[in-house]
Amino acid sequence: MEYLTLQNIGLVTGFMLMLIGLYGALTQKNILRIIVAFTIFDAGLNLVIVALSYIKGRVAPIIDQTTGVTNLSEKFVDPIPQALVLTSIVIGVGVTGVMLTFALRMFKTRHSLDINDFKQTKW
Amino acid sequence: MYKNMFIILLLAGFGLLLGSFLLTHHEYLSLPQLPAYYADNTAPEVGAANVVTAVVVTYRGFDTLGEVTILFVAASLIAMFLKHSKAPRHDRHPRPSSVILSTSQKLLFPLIVLFGAYVFANGHLTPGGGFQGGAIIATGFLLLLMANPQAEFKHGLLNAIESISGTSYVIIGILGAILGLGFLDNRFISLGQLGTLFSAGAIPVIYSLIGLKVGAELSNILHHLNEVQNEE
Amino acid sequence: MITIILAIVLGLVMISMAIAALTAYRVRAAVLASGIVSLIASIIYLLLAAPDVAMTEAAIGSGLTTIIFFYVLNKIRRSDV
Repeated sequence: MEYLTLQNIGLVTGFMLMLIGLYGALTQKNILRIIVAFTIFDAGLNLVIVALSYIKGRVAPIIDQTTGVTNLSEKFVDPIPQALVLTSIVIGVGVTGVMLTFALRMFKTRHSLDINDFKQTKW
Repeated sequence: MYKNMFIILLLAGFGLLLGSFLLTHHEYLSLPQLPAYYADNTAPEVGAANVVTAVVVTYRGFDTLGEVTILFVAASLIAMFLKHSKAPRHDRHPRPSSVILSTSQKLLFPLIVLFGAYVFANGHLTPGGGFQGGAIIATGFLLLLMANPQAEFKHGLLNAIESISGTSYVIIGILGAILGLGFLDNRFISLGQLGTLFSAGAIPVIYSLIGLKVGAELSNILHHLNEVQNEE
Repeated sequence: MITIILAIVLGLVMISMAIAALTAYRVRAAVLASGIVSLIASIIYLLLAAPDVAMTEAAIGSGLTTIIFFYVLNKIRRSDV
């Protein structure tokens, strides 16, 4: 029962998503499905980082009337991983967009989405 | 066969690694030194109510500059891959979009842009900021594209917004280095009173510029994908 | 206590949606399922006291990524897409 904290739930969910995404990226044949698996891996990794920053009983790092302005380091959760995940999500959508347009280009030249049809690096 | 064995071994090893981490890690009871410093000193030093914004824009502003650059490179790569032919578009007449969509688009587009601007202008006080506000503006642009998919939009405006806001971001960073204490320092404008809209020095200006830049970049990506759509 | 139960339910839905994304026959269904994974992740971020990340994930990870996927899928005309 003592293991059933919010942080551990977030960590387990994130780890499971990472494993599922890695399995999908390694086993799927269709390029689009590989990209979907990558986005799932991405979501799991971000969830793990945010879950590690959580401390039980503390509030989001935003100053307002209820927190006051003193002793803030005893009231807030860790802000740095949250800032890094903010960066990571935005970069994730850029990378997904590049992968998808690349897949579209590959489909246009070969009319196939199977990863095994693309043997040579020049096409 | 060997490939399957390899995949199973890799997954099992990765799973063991994560499982052992899960069993041995301990939840922090107090903040480590650096985040504790940020939490305690954000209000007096930077003047922002939202500590995450302070970390993103000032303490780790260099990371954010890199991130915006990566997004710019991604948008340029997408534009390069999807370079559409200059040949005249053969005039298929697709089904016009429904009355509900085109009417509500006229009403909603300004409101969505206004909401996006609200989100990034208040980034130092409430949750939200340049990236979220930029994404909201891009969804407004998406509504515009869905209502008239055949329309010609001017690339020029989006590109101008993007380059002007990107350049001003760097210029404000350099101003911080000259007038303040270092690159992207926000204190060359007076900090003001904590919790009001015009406070936190240059943070609202920088985050608004980031919002405009991210919004223009994401809209550009959607616009290029839509162009490819029309070409067929 | 209610928060923990909510988090467990949301986590289970996320994992089952991730499995559904890999086993779905059509790619569109897989894309929608991965969009749901992101959307539920944003609720869990809110429970983990990270409202900034929750907003970003809901707007960008769940909204824009799915839309970009659908723009590309619309271009690829095949039976299993």
